[in-house]
Amino acid sequence: MPTQTRDAAIVGIYEYPLRKAPGISPLQIKAESAAKALEDAGLTWSDVDAIYDAGDGGAGGMSGLSIAEYFNIKPNVIDTTAVGGSSYEFHAAHAKRDIAAGKAKVALLTYGSIAHSQQFNIGTGGRMGGGPPSPLGNMEGSWGMTLISNYAMVARRHMHEYGTTSEQLAEISVVTRAHAMRNPEAKQGMEDLELLPGAREITIEDVMESRMIADPLHLLESCIISDGGGAVVIASAEVARNTKKTPVWILGTGEATKYPESNGDITSSAAGQSAPQAFGEAGVTADEIEVAMIYDSFTITVLTILEDLGFCKKGEGGSYVEGGKLRFDQEGGPALNTDGGGLSSNHPGMRGIFLLTEATRQLRGESSSQVPDAKLAVAHGNGGMLGARHSGATIILGRD
Amino acid sequence: MPKMDLPLPKFPEPDTEPFWDATKDHELKYQVCDDCGGLVWHPRRHCTHCTSLNLSWKTSKGEGTVYTYSIVRQNYHPAFRERIPYVVAWIDLDEGFRMLSNVVDVDVEEVSVGQRVRVRWLDQEGLALPAFTPA
Repeated sequence: MPTQTRDAAIVGIYEYPLRKAPGISPLQIKAESAAKALEDAGLTWSDVDAIYDAGDGGAGGMSGLSIAEYFNIKPNVIDTTAVGGSSYEFHAAHAKRDIAAGKAKVALLTYGSIAHSQQFNIGTGGRMGGGPPSPLGNMEGSWGMTLISNYAMVARRHMHEYGTTSEQLAEISVVTRAHAMRNPEAKQGMEDLELLPGAREITIEDVMESRMIADPLHLLESCIISDGGGAVVIASAEVARNTKKTPVWILGTGEATKYPESNGDITSSAAGQSAPQAFGEAGVTADEIEVAMIYDSFTITVLTILEDLGFCKKGEGGSYVEGGKLRFDQEGGPALNTDGGGLSSNHPGMRGIFLLTEATRQLRGESSSQVPDAKLAVAHGNGGMLGARHSGATIILGRD
Repeated sequence: MPKMDLPLPKFPEPDTEPFWDATKDHELKYQVCDDCGGLVWHPRRHCTHCTSLNLSWKTSKGEGTVYTYSIVRQNYHPAFRERIPYVVAWIDLDEGFRMLSNVVDVDVEEVSVGQRVRVRWLDQEGLALPAFTPA
């Protein structure tokens, strides 16, 4: 029997429009986004009684001490879960839990980053040498494993085990770019960031001909590095009844981590653990989902998670994504990353919050690549390194 | 031209210090639980299978297979930038543990999943890095 409840809903969203935003700080992006998301809901600062923060404003793990003051609110719940790009799906899960438990009525999630303006080489910076001594740093820090090469090792093993091809992975880049070209802010961002091969749709050949960054992953299989941020307001059913927009209910949540294990399977992600929790709680199955917002740090991230969420069997992701089936206007699968995703819209380092904002736009009927009358969406965030330790959280969203 | 130094393990770090100490003698160490027999990797002080704190160090033969790999063609870290292209890989050692390493002394295009490899010690100041090369 489904255990689905409608006790918490996304009632306000905002996505910071600029991908190149010199002269503004992450904290300022967070506050501006929070103010606009509260306005979107018809609420104000003093309504907020729960704060969820991943430390992206600069205070790191101690952000719970300073973020409430910066916003001038006095929350009863402070949650500083920071697990990389999926932090916002974890926050949404925790907000639903805290609201259902009666600990909070209005939860605020914010994100801000100027990764582009700071020239932060997220995927190719080496990831070694910094910080105090640690067991993992000592065992893994001397081999030059860039972030992208870690994901590339998942792709390589997926190809070896299941015959997945680069052309199949490229389908994911092609679909998300097509969606990005329909999103005016994403298109402007491509021009502002001077993305290759220009602000236009791309083909499988374009992806295959783009330069190899870490075999088998090409440049156009990699997320962009932008500035940006956003905010999400989640409220109790009682509050949601009086907000301005259609409430988008959080129907089910699941969270998990996964790490390297001897004899482990690198082609499966934490989604394999989080998705059954979320779908079970929501009482729905993958084939009912109309919109899939899946963290697209790289093409292989999406392919792996599509399988782990149950859209197809493990190993069949390659054929599943063929033929542009995941475009918003095609049959045969959910509409994938209809904002343009991290591959083509924005990726300031932790894009999990945008999975929630675009899924909400879809269920409100506000997307630039709108699925007609969409009622059910999934947002799955992935943080950390897919081919090593990473976090995954699955959020099932629906409207009345 | 001499290559820039690789980033090396840092100490004090009590979990991994015995592992790195043994590399001076070109010995690749891993741990087994005295109480349950389980293999523990990466090195640490407690058994990850039972609640024992009694672990013993064993020496691997240093032979295994490539579980998966990537050829890195872009890295802004100065020590690795001058080494590209190079191969980073997860190696399955025959004793049953999987470690991150490099496959070296090989044309990068010749590396493959399932390839048999053996340890190839790269001597550094005060320790040696266990890279691998085709067996």
